Amino acid sequence: MAEDGRLTIEEMSDQYFDVLKEIGNIGAGNATTALSTMLGTRVDMMVPKVRLMEFKEVGTTLGGEDQLVAGIYLVVDGDIHGSIMFMQKKESARAMVQKLMGMPSEGDDFSEMELSALKEIGNVITGAYLNSLSTLTNLTIYPSVPDICIDMAGAILSVPAIEFGAISDKMLLIQTDFADDDDLSGYFILVPDEESDAKILHALGF
Amino acid sequence: MITTIGLGSCVGIAIRDKQSKVGGLVHVMLPSSKEVRSTGNIAKFADTGIPELVRRLEKMGASRSRMVAKIAGGATMFAFQSKSELTGVGDRNVAATKAALKALNIPILAEDTGANYGRTVTFNPETGDYEVKAVGKPIKVI
Repeated sequence: MAEDGRLTIEEMSDQYFDVLKEIGNIGAGNATTALSTMLGTRVDMMVPKVRLMEFKEVGTTLGGEDQLVAGIYLVVDGDIHGSIMFMQKKESARAMVQKLMGMPSEGDDFSEMELSALKEIGNVITGAYLNSLSTLTNLTIYPSVPDICIDMAGAILSVPAIEFGAISDKMLLIQTDFADDDDLSGYFILVPDEESDAKILHALGF
Repeated sequence: MITTIGLGSCVGIAIRDKQSKVGGLVHVMLPSSKEVRSTGNIAKFADTGIPELVRRLEKMGASRSRMVAKIAGGATMFAFQSKSELTGVGDRNVAATKAALKALNIPILAEDTGANYGRTVTFNPETGDYEVKAVGKPIKVI
């Protein structure tokens, strides 16, 4: 336990994890509906996996620290403060953008239009997740405008890792697989600041 | 050869004694160990990680007075990161790295810092070459 008596992230109970998993589940459910509407196709979803892991392991989960990923990052304000990131392997991002825009995506880089579409997808997905968190906890949450970065997983992960780094060497990863013929899986990382963690726990009755 | 993959706003500091060719690389994530609660891992902070690397190099026979450094990283990955605080953590990491090296009297021979992309670095203590790779950019040796 930390000096001030608060639970550190390593000590959170299985129950809290189940709650986060459930929030992830509901959020991903909402996101799936939104995605399906946007893409105009049926999108299925697997049960999200919630894991607490070392920064290094997160890179490995995404296919190595030098795996190219698209990260969409938003700052969260309101009753809680923190940030949320939605990450996809570059190929998954490409598959998604092709579906959304209905045309093939070519070249090494994404066009301005494609980047904007990816931001919107990230916005919808993180929005759905934050909505379920907000509904369950009764806390007001405002997300900022999203920003996107396509680079090595290690470099992108360093952004939430640094925010987490101040309190722990581990971070909470929620993996959501949208089942389709293409690999459309994505990963969320939610980084509430210390006070917000306590607020979420409190709002959930812990 | 020592490699660290995907430095974002982190900074990779390569330090070497030119004569004994003893060198090492430390990857720091945050500028200062004094600003945070969890300080278990001292290698994570510029103000503690750099002195620790120097201490270990000295143990291996390097001499502080002959040490030189090369640094890379400290990017700002997302545009609004820099707006949310006065200066982004990447810039603060670079500033804290320079301060820590200055305090130890270790000159910086070369740097490739800032901008908005990730870097993979490889350090060769034998030659002192510090190779910086970024996505879609030519390999740089500093």
